[in-house]
Amino acid sequence: MQASKELRKRAEEALEKKASFGEDIALDEYEDAPRDLAGAESLKDLEEDVQETMFDAGVIPTAEGRSGSFLMMDNSMVHTSMLGPGVELMPLSKALEEHAWARDYSWKMVPVDADKYTAKSYLENADGYFIRALAGQKVQLPVQTCLMMNKQNVSQYVHNVIIVEEGASLEVVTGCTTGKGVERAIHLGISEIYIKEGGSLSFSMIHNWAEQIGVRPRTMISIAKDGTFVNNYVVLKPVKSVQSFPTARLEGEGAVAKFNSIAIAHPGSTLDLGSRAILSAPNTGAEIISRTITTGGTMYARGHLVGDAPNIKAHLECKGLILNEGGAQIAIPELEARVPDVEMTHEAAVGKIAQDQVEYLMARGLDEEQAVGMIVRGFLEGGIKGLPQNLKDEIDKAVSQTDIGGM
Amino acid sequence: MLEIKDLTVEVGGRTVLKDINLTVMSGYTAVLFGPNGSGKSTLLASIMGFSNYNIVGGQIIFNGVDVTEKPLHERARLGIGMMMQRPPNITGVELGRLVEAAGRNQVNVEEMADPLDMVRFLQRDVNVGFSGGELKRSELLQLKAQDPCLLLLDEPESGVDLESIKRVGQTIREILEKDSCPAEKTAEKSALVITHTGEILNYLEADRAYVMCNGTIVCSGTPRELLSEISRRGYEECIKCRLRRS
Repeated sequence: MQASKELRKRAEEALEKKASFGEDIALDEYEDAPRDLAGAESLKDLEEDVQETMFDAGVIPTAEGRSGSFLMMDNSMVHTSMLGPGVELMPLSKALEEHAWARDYSWKMVPVDADKYTAKSYLENADGYFIRALAGQKVQLPVQTCLMMNKQNVSQYVHNVIIVEEGASLEVVTGCTTGKGVERAIHLGISEIYIKEGGSLSFSMIHNWAEQIGVRPRTMISIAKDGTFVNNYVVLKPVKSVQSFPTARLEGEGAVAKFNSIAIAHPGSTLDLGSRAILSAPNTGAEIISRTITTGGTMYARGHLVGDAPNIKAHLECKGLILNEGGAQIAIPELEARVPDVEMTHEAAVGKIAQDQVEYLMARGLDEEQAVGMIVRGFLEGGIKGLPQNLKDEIDKAVSQTDIGGM
Repeated sequence: MLEIKDLTVEVGGRTVLKDINLTVMSGYTAVLFGPNGSGKSTLLASIMGFSNYNIVGGQIIFNGVDVTEKPLHERARLGIGMMMQRPPNITGVELGRLVEAAGRNQVNVEEMADPLDMVRFLQRDVNVGFSGGELKRSELLQLKAQDPCLLLLDEPESGVDLESIKRVGQTIREILEKDSCPAEKTAEKSALVITHTGEILNYLEADRAYVMCNGTIVCSGTPRELLSEISRRGYEECIKCRLRRS
């Protein structure tokens, strides 16, 4: 990760560059999170409350049912283990040492000077996970990764690279979270994902932060011919501010990208969530679906589809519910077609829960809270086909813990 | 079982029911006839407790309890259940999940769905894309799980083919005949049924019928007699009937 002079210069010049969206975070109010925490042989060796925190973010400490596990705590690479064949998993810094070619994947899609957050991450030599599914390998069990901040008032800098080689298929489950007692911190996360010809990646991320956490992920995905990318993003707990806008570039014919986002904006939270797909090869397809709720926070649901090749098909759907006074739902769907033969659609709807639905369930004996809970769960999960069971469980848990009675 | 006294109901500020008096005895089935817009569905919805129906006078007594002011779910838990004519769609909520909740997690959902040919609908969103007959069977499945003491049935045979009417009728009879009221062990189940065609009466033994016109009950009698009268002369007789009464 030797910073080349030119990149460094660009990053330095962008250190004050505000992002296009989201509240501007003063980076100098936070100190660097520790880079020298002790490693752990097994996730089970970690303190019990750390294990609980991971578990709540969908990461299983026993690693049961997982083909590999990775934990980054603060800015330290604490644990890496691989149980199954067909995948490489290691810290990105190590991958760059071991494989000369790994450089071709690092800082190649996310520009260092996109904004102050990418610039800072570059200049701080952000490290993270490197996952590579080997060509032709169908990896049966998911690889799990956990990015945890365990110290108050720190910045975590993350840089991840995922490569799915030709014909491989891989599932990655990521939990991003804060340790007990950590209320204020920032997480800057760069992710570069490469899906090669015929490769397939299902990427599920649970954000499980605390009330004063600022989060600025910057993600780019490149999908080659006949490649498939499915992204499930879930943020259900209170957090101060999340702003993300992952972009998938569908570069080979027949490539497919799906973004599913499920979010609850609690009082005091601002969630600015977008997804973008650039369909630049013929016969590609993309779908962006979001189901969002505000119980008093501010929710931006953005989506941007760019049709730049013939015979592409793309659909964007943002649906939002306002459950309490004081919340805001802002849906911003954008369709951009640059050639004639495209089929692009969008659908956005914002509103409250229909009273006739609530009463219908009440007529079956559910009280109002139970009825609203059932409808809200259905709203969040509905419309997203094949949502993994662990995410459904998280939604059930979050809805039962959220104040949704004030409709 | 059910006693309605001088019930007056407004919908959107307009009086839709006026001074309704009606009794359904324990173990009996009563029928409501009346032209479209006469207030039959409003009466059933008011008994169930839907919020659009504003009770401005009178009382609804169910098994000795005054439920006039009680919220919907409490009425349901006391043993009132309704088969709606046009139930809403609920995207994202699987029918099986609702049936389980209606049965307070005490029922075997698949076993219950099988005779109604609804097993394949359990994973589907409630009522979304259901045909007329499927909607009726979905409603009945939910009612079966709920196992109410008083069944309010809003046109159970409308939009349903002949074969399905038989299944609908048999299922209603099954619910009525199964056990006694869950809450009131001594009481037998009862029903209040809206029908236009009377087809459903081939499967249910109804004891008493009422005719509603313009938001009031204008006559009562045995279901067969009233039905044949209505088929012969239509509802114009309502007016005369009312005149005779007053």
